[in-house]
Amino acid sequence: MPNTDTTTNDTSDHLALNSEHTQKYNQAIRREKTKALVLVLPLLFFLIVFFITPIGYMLYRSFYNPTVANLAPKTAEILTQWQDISKLPNEETYKTLAYEIQQLQKSRLSGKFAEEVNRRLPRTGSVIKRTARKIKEIELDNVKNYQELLTSLHEKWGKPEIWTGIRSASDKFTINYYANALDYKLEPSGEIVKQSEDMQVYLPILQRTFTIALIITLLTFLLGYPVAYYLSLIPLKKASILLIFVLLPFWTSLLVRTTAWIAILQSNGVINQSLLSLHIIDKPLDIIYNQFSTILAMTHILLPFMILPLYSVMKGIDSSYVRAAQSLGANPFKAFIQVYFPLSLPGLSAGALLVFIISIGYYITPALIGGVDGQLISNLVAHHMRSTNNWELAAALGSVLLVLIIALYWIYDRLVGASNIKL
Amino acid sequence: MKKLKLSLLVASSLLSANLVAGELTVVSFGGAYGAAQKKHMIDPYIKETGTKILFEDYSGGVAELKAQVESKNVKWDVIDIEYIDVERACSEGMLEVFPHDKLPKGDDGKAGKDDFIPAAIGNECAVGNIVWSIIFAHKNDLKTKPKTVADVFDTKKIPGKRAFRKRPQVNLEWALMADGVALKDIYKVLGTEKGVKQAFAKLDTIKKDIVWFDSWSQAPQLLNDGGAVIVQSANGRIYSAIKKDKSDFNIVWDGQVYDLDGWAIPKGSKNKEEAIKFILAATKTKPLAGMQDVAYGPTRKSSESLIAEEVKPQLPSAHLDKGIKASAEFWADNGSQLGEKFTAWLIKK
Repeated sequence: MPNTDTTTNDTSDHLALNSEHTQKYNQAIRREKTKALVLVLPLLFFLIVFFITPIGYMLYRSFYNPTVANLAPKTAEILTQWQDISKLPNEETYKTLAYEIQQLQKSRLSGKFAEEVNRRLPRTGSVIKRTARKIKEIELDNVKNYQELLTSLHEKWGKPEIWTGIRSASDKFTINYYANALDYKLEPSGEIVKQSEDMQVYLPILQRTFTIALIITLLTFLLGYPVAYYLSLIPLKKASILLIFVLLPFWTSLLVRTTAWIAILQSNGVINQSLLSLHIIDKPLDIIYNQFSTILAMTHILLPFMILPLYSVMKGIDSSYVRAAQSLGANPFKAFIQVYFPLSLPGLSAGALLVFIISIGYYITPALIGGVDGQLISNLVAHHMRSTNNWELAAALGSVLLVLIIALYWIYDRLVGASNIKL
Repeated sequence: MKKLKLSLLVASSLLSANLVAGELTVVSFGGAYGAAQKKHMIDPYIKETGTKILFEDYSGGVAELKAQVESKNVKWDVIDIEYIDVERACSEGMLEVFPHDKLPKGDDGKAGKDDFIPAAIGNECAVGNIVWSIIFAHKNDLKTKPKTVADVFDTKKIPGKRAFRKRPQVNLEWALMADGVALKDIYKVLGTEKGVKQAFAKLDTIKKDIVWFDSWSQAPQLLNDGGAVIVQSANGRIYSAIKKDKSDFNIVWDGQVYDLDGWAIPKGSKNKEEAIKFILAATKTKPLAGMQDVAYGPTRKSSESLIAEEVKPQLPSAHLDKGIKASAEFWADNGSQLGEKFTAWLIKK
């Protein structure tokens, strides 16, 4: 038994030593981790402030819009009691709204109120604005019948429709912007219906964006692969000189490169002038401000993103594999397809993914030379940010794009494997 | 952490340093018009008061203004705004109310409020600055020259690109004019759903021949470098290209949509008092008369005697019967809705 005891003691001693070690070891690890954490702290801070917060806020803004409820809180509240929407709301509702519109007009916020309601129910903005202009001068305390008053200011107050518009616009949370971003609309009754034919724009544009991005990816592959292949074969010294020609455009300002395309492609630009003077054509070709020029310029701009990863991968491919394949009887073509090409795939995946994702979010080039049919989804997001001030819709469009890209990346990861990317 | 706080403090104090009083940010449309404003309004005011003025460009519309006001980050103190936008901007609370009763007497001694043409002070937020017009222009070497708005929409008669400003304003009015709607009925027809359809249908007929631009300064440039054979433009830009750059352009007044521009103060401007002082000085008789440099008419009656004889036929007021006045009220009511329709139309093939 003592024997066992000793053993136990021994073991426990051993264990004690071990746990002490483990503790020290853990401490050391923790210290290292803290050090690492401190080192990445600036980056983490940067990411949270400039990346995660804005994206989070964007997602939030895409379905949260309290403007109407804040501008006319009493009307918003009283309208929640309005049950039968086929009938007009009661006199109290008319009175509340009349007072609130007058108040808004005096503080010059009626226009904002009208615009917000108009987003939910088109053609009601002008009704509210006209009413607000007229109601300003009216002494509301002396009015006997507010329903009559409002209806006399604009006949649309005599129909329930505009009230349903105001009510649904007072919802603080709405999926209307997502519906809009996918060419649907949320009816005031709560039903989601397809937009009318002439207002369906976002899905066709999304489709166009993806098609153009695919075309550009394909073109950069066709143009870039041979270049990268050639660069990887020639001596390093020569290659680095030639690489400058790939990198030079990469270092040139995006605006300069796009503007250069304008000089080349415009009606009296280099191409048209030469063709005209050679009598090949008798009137200038339409080769700018359309989809064609967008694809052309973007392919040019994004080409280095394809060439560089391809080159770095091809550089590392041992040429003896291809030689081995050939010595085993494969013809040069077969050796290339079955041996070399698969080996270059990591570079191709990286290049294709880079080009594709960058082109999906591209903005400047289509904005400058895209004309009308070269506009991409980011141009619409910018349009809603800058021109219509419909930030909620811009946010919803942005979120849709984000989700699509994540979904695509997921599919890509499934098919090719994200670990297969080599930059 | 302390250092971080300190550096943040330094950074923020550096940022706020350019908000010190005695500084004013004035924005307008640049180009020849901006140069005339600088010469007759900005520079004299700087000389007189020693105020530091930052004179910047923007391309019009209410979007940038709205973004600044709504994010409560107002960088502009004085803004030159087209009257077609002012009603909307004012009713949506983007502008400060301007004290019109402070407007000084004209040089002929007439009280300020009586000296201005009524439209110039018709909106409580702005003071009229110029009477200008949107016209179309072409090069004189064009084979068949456009005479009417209908010609602009006739690509068989005059082939080639037309350059329009990328917004529904004026384009819809022109489409109806070209489609034969009487001048006096334009806004009445455009106020109906049928009229809007009619206007877009007319625009459809030349859609593929339109080049769209964002800023007025692009108009003479497009005409010059052959980007378009007919351009929509502010009359002053073409006038100045003809006069200063000796361009061989011609202005056609048929279908002109004339409008006012005015000075206004963005809501929440950090230098409101200074901004009011500037506007009061910039809209005196003499500075307003100086806008004849770019063929824009004055908004004070007392300035008219200072207009040179040779400029008079180049002012929009000499051709009133050929066009219409832009309706600020119509665009305030329908601007956002037609804007949405316009964008959707633009994107569709």
